[in-house]
Amino acid sequence: MRIAAPVIATILTLFVGSLMFAGLGYDPATTLQAFFITPVNSINGLSELLLKASPLILIACGLAVGFRANVWNIGAEGQLVIGAIAACGVGLFYPNPESPILLPLMFLAGAAAGMAWAAIPAFLRARMNTNEILVTLMLTYIATLFLSWLVHGPWRDPAGFNYPQTALLPAAAMFEPFDYAYRINGSVFITVAAVVLMWLFTDRSFLGYKMKVSGAAPLAARYAGFRESSAVWTGLLAGGAAAGIAGMAEVAGPLGQLSPQISPGYGFAAIIVAFIGRLNAFGIVLGGLLMSLLFLGGEAVQMNLGLSSSLTRIFQGILLFFLLAADFFIFYRLRRIPEHA
Amino acid sequence: MTPRLELRNITKSYPGIVANDDISMSIMPGEIHAVLGENGAGKSTLMKIIYGAAQADSGEIWCDGKPIEAHNPASSRALGIEMVYQHFALFESVTVVENIALSVSSTFDLDTLARQITELSNRYGMPIDPHRRVHDLSVGERQRVEIVRCLLQAPKLLILDEPTSVLTPQAVVKLFETLRQLAAEGCSIVYISHKLDEVQELCDSATVLRNGKVTGTAKPKESTSLELARMMVGSKLPEMHVSASVPSDKPVLAVRGLSAPARDKYGVELKNVSFEVRGGEIVGLAGVSGNGQAELIALLSGERTHSNALAVHIGGKAAAHLNASERRKLGMAFVPEERLGRGAVPPHALWENAVLTANRHGGLVRHGMVDRTKATGFARGIIERFKVKANGPQASAQSLSGGNLQKFIVGREIALQPKLFLVAQPTWGVDVGAAAFIRQTIVDLSRAGAAVLVVSEELDELFEICDRLLVICQGQVSPPLIRTNTNREEIGLLMTRVDRGNGTNGRGEVAVQD
Repeated sequence: MRIAAPVIATILTLFVGSLMFAGLGYDPATTLQAFFITPVNSINGLSELLLKASPLILIACGLAVGFRANVWNIGAEGQLVIGAIAACGVGLFYPNPESPILLPLMFLAGAAAGMAWAAIPAFLRARMNTNEILVTLMLTYIATLFLSWLVHGPWRDPAGFNYPQTALLPAAAMFEPFDYAYRINGSVFITVAAVVLMWLFTDRSFLGYKMKVSGAAPLAARYAGFRESSAVWTGLLAGGAAAGIAGMAEVAGPLGQLSPQISPGYGFAAIIVAFIGRLNAFGIVLGGLLMSLLFLGGEAVQMNLGLSSSLTRIFQGILLFFLLAADFFIFYRLRRIPEHA
Repeated sequence: MTPRLELRNITKSYPGIVANDDISMSIMPGEIHAVLGENGAGKSTLMKIIYGAAQADSGEIWCDGKPIEAHNPASSRALGIEMVYQHFALFESVTVVENIALSVSSTFDLDTLARQITELSNRYGMPIDPHRRVHDLSVGERQRVEIVRCLLQAPKLLILDEPTSVLTPQAVVKLFETLRQLAAEGCSIVYISHKLDEVQELCDSATVLRNGKVTGTAKPKESTSLELARMMVGSKLPEMHVSASVPSDKPVLAVRGLSAPARDKYGVELKNVSFEVRGGEIVGLAGVSGNGQAELIALLSGERTHSNALAVHIGGKAAAHLNASERRKLGMAFVPEERLGRGAVPPHALWENAVLTANRHGGLVRHGMVDRTKATGFARGIIERFKVKANGPQASAQSLSGGNLQKFIVGREIALQPKLFLVAQPTWGVDVGAAAFIRQTIVDLSRAGAAVLVVSEELDELFEICDRLLVICQGQVSPPLIRTNTNREEIGLLMTRVDRGNGTNGRGEVAVQD
C-alpha cells in the first residue's frame, strides 16, 4: 500500500487536473502533455530536470536527518543563501583566480557558512530551548536581506551598469558543464554522494540510530542516555551543510554570480521533497525529481499555452495535496462516531 | 435467569496462531467472574471480542438474551459494557476531568463532571483530583482514572484487566469492597487476573484458559490455589530458589542525602533520601504509587541528573550528575515501569530495540556503525532465553503483548551483565510462569554479585525476593528493614505513614497528595 500511494495520488491529480483545465477551456490532454511530457522529451529538458532536482534532493537529504529526530529546520533557504554568499566571496576575492583549489575552497566555504548559519538556532535550542522553527525561519529573512545589501552595495559589480549583481566568477570558480550546450554540470555528483551518505547515516550509523530514537520516542532516548542536544546539533548542522553546499553549487553552476534572487525557493520546496520522500534517501530522489518536473512543467505551460502562473501553482498544489492525503489515508481512516457512545 | 453475557463457541485466529479456540462461558447479572490464564493464553483477545475491539471468526455473543451482531467498543458501551485496559488509553497532556469528558460524549460541562468524579471516586474509595494532568499521575493513579471513567457510565458489565497489580493491600481490600458493592447493585464483573488468592477471595466463578482453549471452570472459593494453578499452567509449576545473600563489603549504589524539588506542582519532592545497595543483595522499595518512586528512579537511572554529583555513587564513583548512558558505563542497567515509549521504541523492531541500551555490548556498534547481524543475533538470544513470544527479531516492539515486551526488556538489561540493576515493576502484567522466571533471574543475577534495587508496588513480590526493604512515602525513604524481621502489616503502615500521623488521614488507601 505504501507503494500504491503515489500511484493513486497521480491518478487523482490527473483526473482533477483534467477537470480543472477543461472547465477553464484548455484541452486537458494538451495541457497535461505540456506539463509533464514536453519538458523532458529533449536532452536539454532532462538536463534542466536534473539541474533543478539536484539542489532539492541535496537539501532534502540534509533536512531529513534532522526531521527524523523532530528537529525542524525550515530555514534551509537562508542557509543556502549564506552558503552561496560565502562561496561567491571566496571565488571573487581569492588572490589567484586560476588556482585549481578555488572550487574545493568554495565548496568548503559554502558548507561551513551554511553550518554556521544553522549553528545559531542549534545553539539557541540546545542551550536555551528556543524554538528552532521560528529561529531558522527568521534567519532566512536576515540572510536574504543581507544578500540584497551586498549586491546593492559593497559587492556590486562596478562594470555592471548598476545592476544589483556581483561580477561573474572566474572560470576556475565554476563547475564545468558536461557539454556547453546544456547547463547540467558536475555538481550533481555531490548530490549523488549526499544521497549515499544520507542513507548510510540514517540506516546504518549509530548516530543516525540515536536520532531516529529521539524522533520516535523522546523518553526512550532519555532512558538510553542519548543526548537531546547532540540530535539538535547533528540535525541542524546536516541541513545547514547541505543547504550551504547547494547554494555554492548554484552560484558556481548555472548562476555564475550573485543577484538578489538566487533561489526559486529550493530551501522551502526541499522540505516538501523530504516529506514526499518519507525522509528516506531513495524516496527523496523520487520526490526531488517530481518537484523539479513540477517546476519545469509549470514554466512550460505558462510559456507554451499561456496559462497563468497561479493556475500552474494550483495544479502543483493539487498534486502535493493528493500525495500527502493518500499517504495519510493509508495509515488512518475516517469513520462516523455514533452520537451517544 | 438470563445470563448478562454468554459466549458460544468463540473462535478467533491470527496468522500463525489460534488465539481463541471454541470458547464458551456465561456470566450472570451481579456475578464476579474470573478469567484466569497465562500470557498468550488468549485472555486479551477474548476481552477484545467481548468489548467489540476485535471480531470473532465464528461463534456468538449474547447479551441479556439478545445476540450481539458485529459490534464495536462504542456499541458495547451503549449496551453497558465497559473495560479497563491493562494499557491505559489516556491523553497525557490534559487533566483527568478532560480525559473523562472525551469519553463521555453526553456532556462537556467540566465543573459538573469534576464534581461527579470527586464524589464517585470518594464513594468507591479511590480518591482522585479531577484537575491533575495525567502525565503527572503514576500508573496506579491512572488506573483509578480508568475505573472511575467506567463507573461514571453506570455499567452493566465491567471488564477489569489485572486491576490490583499497582495497589496497596489496603487499597485492594477497598477495591474489592467497591467491586462487591457494584456486583450487589447488579453489575456483572469480568475479572482478569493471575493472582489466585485474589480470585479466590473475590470471584464467584472462574474460567481458566490455556493456549486459547478453556481448560477448566471452577468455583474459586471452593477450589485450592494448586488446582487453579494446574489448570492455568499445566502440571509443572515453577519453584523459586532464593539462596542466602552474601553482600559485598562496599556498596555498589550509595544514595546520600538526595533531595530534589518536585518537577511540577503535582510531582513529589524528595527529602534527604539515603540508602545503600550492596553487591549480592536485593533491596526492595515499597510504596503506594505516586509517593516519589518515579522521581527517585529517574534520579538513579540518570534520566534526570542532579547538580550535586555526590548524592548518588555508583561503584564508588560520584554519579548524580551523569546521564543514563554515562551511568551505564559504570555498570548500571535499568528496567523502567513504562515499556512502550520508554523501555522500548514502539515502532522499532526488536533488534533495533536491542541496540537501544546494548550498544556498548558485544560489538553491536563498531566504528560508529550498527552491526545488524550482531544486533539481530543478540535480540534472538534474548527471545530464546526468555521465551519471548514474538515473530522473531524483526517484530516491532508494539506488536508484542505487555508481558512479552517486559520479558524482552528485562532480558536485554540482564544480558548486559550489570553490576547495578535497577528494576521498576519487574513483573507487572506478566503471567505466573514468566513472573517466576523473571524473579528467579533477578535472584540469580544478585547472587552472582550484582546489586539489585527493585521498585514494586506488589508486596508479595518484594517479600519473595528481597533481602532488605525500604518504604517510600511522600518523598521520604524509611530506614531499611530486614525482610525476615518485618511483615506486611509493618510495611503497609509505613507505606501510608499512619504511625507518624503527618498530613495524611488514618484511612488505608492514601494516595493523593493534596
